[in-house]
Amino acid sequence: MNALRAEWIKFYSLRSTWLTLAGLVVAGLGITFLSMSAIADSYPDLTAEERLEWDPTRLSLTLFFVVQLIIGVLGVLVVTSEYATGLLRTSLTATPRRHRLLLAKVAVVAAVAVVAGQVLMFAAFFLGQNRLSAAGAPHAALGDPHVLRAIVGTGLYLAVIALLAVALGTILRATAGALAALVAIVLLVPALADIFPGWLDGLFDFWPTIGGSAVVATLPDPAYPHPWVNLAGLAAGVAVLLAGAVVLFGRRDV
Amino acid sequence: MRASRIPGMTSIDVRGLTKRYGPRTVVDDLSFTVSAGQVTGFLGPNGAGKSTTMRMIVGLAAPSAGSVTIAGRRYRDLPVPLTQVGALLDAGAVHGGRTAYHHLLALAASNGLPRRRVAEVLVRTGMEGVAGRRAGEFSLGMRQRLGIAATLLGDPRVLIFDEPVNGLDPEGIRWIRDFMRSLAREGRAVLVSSHLMSEMAQTADHLVVIGRGRLIADTGMSEFMRANGEGTVLVRTADPAAFAQRLSTAGATVREGSESSLVVSGMTGEQIGKLAAYHGVALSELSPQRASLEDVFMELTSDSLDYQGATA
Repeated sequence: MNALRAEWIKFYSLRSTWLTLAGLVVAGLGITFLSMSAIADSYPDLTAEERLEWDPTRLSLTLFFVVQLIIGVLGVLVVTSEYATGLLRTSLTATPRRHRLLLAKVAVVAAVAVVAGQVLMFAAFFLGQNRLSAAGAPHAALGDPHVLRAIVGTGLYLAVIALLAVALGTILRATAGALAALVAIVLLVPALADIFPGWLDGLFDFWPTIGGSAVVATLPDPAYPHPWVNLAGLAAGVAVLLAGAVVLFGRRDV
Repeated sequence: MRASRIPGMTSIDVRGLTKRYGPRTVVDDLSFTVSAGQVTGFLGPNGAGKSTTMRMIVGLAAPSAGSVTIAGRRYRDLPVPLTQVGALLDAGAVHGGRTAYHHLLALAASNGLPRRRVAEVLVRTGMEGVAGRRAGEFSLGMRQRLGIAATLLGDPRVLIFDEPVNGLDPEGIRWIRDFMRSLAREGRAVLVSSHLMSEMAQTADHLVVIGRGRLIADTGMSEFMRANGEGTVLVRTADPAAFAQRLSTAGATVREGSESSLVVSGMTGEQIGKLAAYHGVALSELSPQRASLEDVFMELTSDSLDYQGATA
């Protein structure tokens, strides 16, 4: 489809795209490298109880917490950079059926984020386990229970966050506003979740960084017995938000 | 469609177009047509609603009432829009981080146009040497050229330019002016907006003048001049006061011009010359003054300016 090809050209022809992706990998693996060594060194001092909760897979994947913001920047910019530069007017005169333009952007971001998420998570897993074994701490192998689920699931989680960012960028139309909203959603609300009333817990089961990313664990968590369901719920929420973004995008003057 | 619009068929048809933002009516029941084979100047003071009208033509803004069609269809319904309409509404509407080549390539791809079109429009606009440079490094003139290159990608029959010469140097202005003329000569319909009448005088064949969103004039350039540019005659003589008396007696309206000249209206140069000969008055100058387009324009739009500066 033409709109898709055009969006792909726009995406790869910006240096900021590649810098952001490079930042994603460098920050992600850098955090893993530095934190895993420290974590491995702390293992001998853990109590027996703490050792029961030792989840080497999860430990090597917690970088998602930080890099979800970087992949979010990528998703936000795909839309808001067009608003900021005015390019959107040019784009929409070339593609006046607006939903096509936005859906093409969604498709490009989804494809790139899925690939980037998987590559990063697999790399982080292997790097993290390597650091653990080098320090003599217990580590996981790809074939261990739920390890593959955690790696693939967390990678997909990052892709969902990238699409959340596209929706926010479209709805808010400004880079700063969309990024602030993203930070509020993935970091602030989870940090403050404890002070919210209990009836919100149902929502938090599918919220980014809380229930939505439960798939990162390989040890059973009684709060999230089926982590795929939580991730699917998050994806459904993002899909609803994207649908709203498509409607708004189709209606607004530019 | 009016017969007087020959040459060319109607390419853009604006009917009863209205745009309201809350209580403000920016474009008010505007109707006009743009024909092929000529440059139509779209004139009005700043804030008259020109840009809003153009944005509605290409579907960027939704009309509150009325309609715009291009070759009989709404813009949104054009199957391959770039092959029918090329619009440059804002030369800044490029991502500064993308090269000229990739900017054009993405636009071409969005309409399924072949890659060679990119090279062709780069050549036509004299941009082939800078295709690999990022748009953010371009001067305003080069960005205008890039924007024009983009409008030509699909070899469209209709071209729309919003204030294309704004901020350009004289060389850039002349290039754009010649370019518009050449596009019209190729049989395309060209709609160009400007808030400067003088700009249009050298480019446009047809004029659509608006003020406060309303249509003020929609005529051919020469008819416009004839109808609105009532001429005056500049007269110089050794004793202006005495001759002014005689002119007034003969029914002319006389006012003082600069350097003790007389500005006469209501009589032709020939009549004034005869009057002078009859009275034996020696004239050192007798020159008909064509009202400048700018004057005509100012006069037409003076009561439709949104914010009139106080005259000190």
